[in-house]
Amino acid sequence: MNRAALSARGLRKRYEGAEVVCGVDLEVAPGECFGLLGPNGAGKTTTLKLCLGLTDPDAGEVRLLGEPVPSRAREARARVGVVPQFDNLDPDFSVAENLVVYGRYFGQRDADIAARIPQLLEFAGLAGRAESKIQALSGGMKRRLTLARALVNEPQLVFMDEPTTGLDPQARHLIWERLRRLTQQGRTIVLTTHFMEEAERLCNRLAIMDRGRVIAEGSPRALIARHIEAQVVEVHGPGIESWVERARELALRTERAGETVFCYAHDVEPVLASLRGREELVYLHRPANLEDVFLKLTGRDLRG
Amino acid sequence: MTTARLYAVPELSLRFVPVWRRHFLVWRKLALPSILGNLADPLIMLFGLGYGLGAVLGDVGGTSYFAFLAGGFVASTTMYAATFESLFSAFSRMHVQRTWEAIVNAPMTLVDVLAGEWAWAATKALAAGVCMLAVVSALGYARLPQALLALPVVVLVGLAFGALGLAINALATGYDFFSYYLTLVLTPMMMLSGVFFPLDQLPALIQATARALPLYHGVELVRPLLAGNPPAAALEHLAVLAAYAAGGFYLATVLTRRRLLK
Repeated sequence: MNRAALSARGLRKRYEGAEVVCGVDLEVAPGECFGLLGPNGAGKTTTLKLCLGLTDPDAGEVRLLGEPVPSRAREARARVGVVPQFDNLDPDFSVAENLVVYGRYFGQRDADIAARIPQLLEFAGLAGRAESKIQALSGGMKRRLTLARALVNEPQLVFMDEPTTGLDPQARHLIWERLRRLTQQGRTIVLTTHFMEEAERLCNRLAIMDRGRVIAEGSPRALIARHIEAQVVEVHGPGIESWVERARELALRTERAGETVFCYAHDVEPVLASLRGREELVYLHRPANLEDVFLKLTGRDLRG
Repeated sequence: MTTARLYAVPELSLRFVPVWRRHFLVWRKLALPSILGNLADPLIMLFGLGYGLGAVLGDVGGTSYFAFLAGGFVASTTMYAATFESLFSAFSRMHVQRTWEAIVNAPMTLVDVLAGEWAWAATKALAAGVCMLAVVSALGYARLPQALLALPVVVLVGLAFGALGLAINALATGYDFFSYYLTLVLTPMMMLSGVFFPLDQLPALIQATARALPLYHGVELVRPLLAGNPPAAALEHLAVLAAYAAGGFYLATVLTRRRLLK
């Protein structure tokens, strides 16, 4: 008996000759907020589509809320909410009409949906906007309405594909706060993001994907502890060429990105000491974060 | 997706109804300009050619040219209404607004979405047919209530061209793509299907070609029904239209699956 909210085994998917998902295994426990991280083109969105039964895998198995996917994807999706990466609200409808029309796809009666609208809008921070036109909403409001729409069927699990991409900090913090409320209500969340800060704040567990594979998995803290030194010093400035040899002796590991040197160590005091008195070098000392893990594992090259 | 799933016969159910209702709700907001936009063109053509050319031609096919043309235009307007809905409007919902994507995230399938589009295209065809019939009757060129029997035919023409339009939509790269279908397929079909002139005096090969086209069969049914006469070979005409509708929808399903589910 598989008790996971979502499990995927050996998922493979090929598009036009290139394998974009190459043997992905995932297991998400009920009530968990699970993050799928990766650079553009890592296969995150395709993995979500496979989990929802919107495309068929070339190999592998998916179970979503106990239902085999894709064979019983419809039944699974009846208990799932989806916040897609791109806005696909109905531009011709008001806020309330968007919710009513979407609820009908779940077989709900108009009166039942209408009764839930105030509560959904309150959750989305859109109270009193029921009659607003979609064009009159800001980007953050549209994303929150999309979230409200995804909750119209009281889903047990919510998929979110890059929920805060393109939002300003206020809008992003509001979304994060709402996602925490959803997990407090016992719902499972699976989100994709390439914002490490977002993943670190929200996710109980995450998987880092690159080139169609899961290359690391665990809690944000465990991933940082396992893959990276505790402290980082970022250094740049005109004297960097003469100092970089010194840095390699003092730090456990250094990385160079253009004119900036990243020095990683558990104790960075020797690095800081050597920087004191070198006025021409500018430096920033900070604890290592998930972004450092991500860049270490996936490299610093730009992706598609 | 596996070949078996790609070519599987679509399972039709009433699940398309919420999709149809969505389109209806949008249309209700824009109904008047939409109806005027759909009817202005055929009505101008009908009046211009019907009265202008009719004065020169006298009787055609045993009736006034205006009455002859009216029967053809009720059928061809229906064809265009279903076609525009299943090309431009469906493409904007599939590709530009991503409405289809939103719907299939709910417990709906691509076949439900396509069936909703199909039924909606036929509904728009019916609306256009009703308006054309109203104008033609008001002018005294349709015999009521018998002419109302043309309306089920109008729905069938709408289903045939809606299905073909959805198949073309599945291949479209952009709105420009549709001009090929409109100018290279529908315009010649309108010329060959007996909308503007009777086919009897044309070479046998052209007549045979016309009989393979769905619009011809729509015209052959609608024209006598408007005059209150039973159409000849009605079953054959209905069967060809039904075959285009069913075959077209199956083709649309396979092509759309190939495009979106691959």
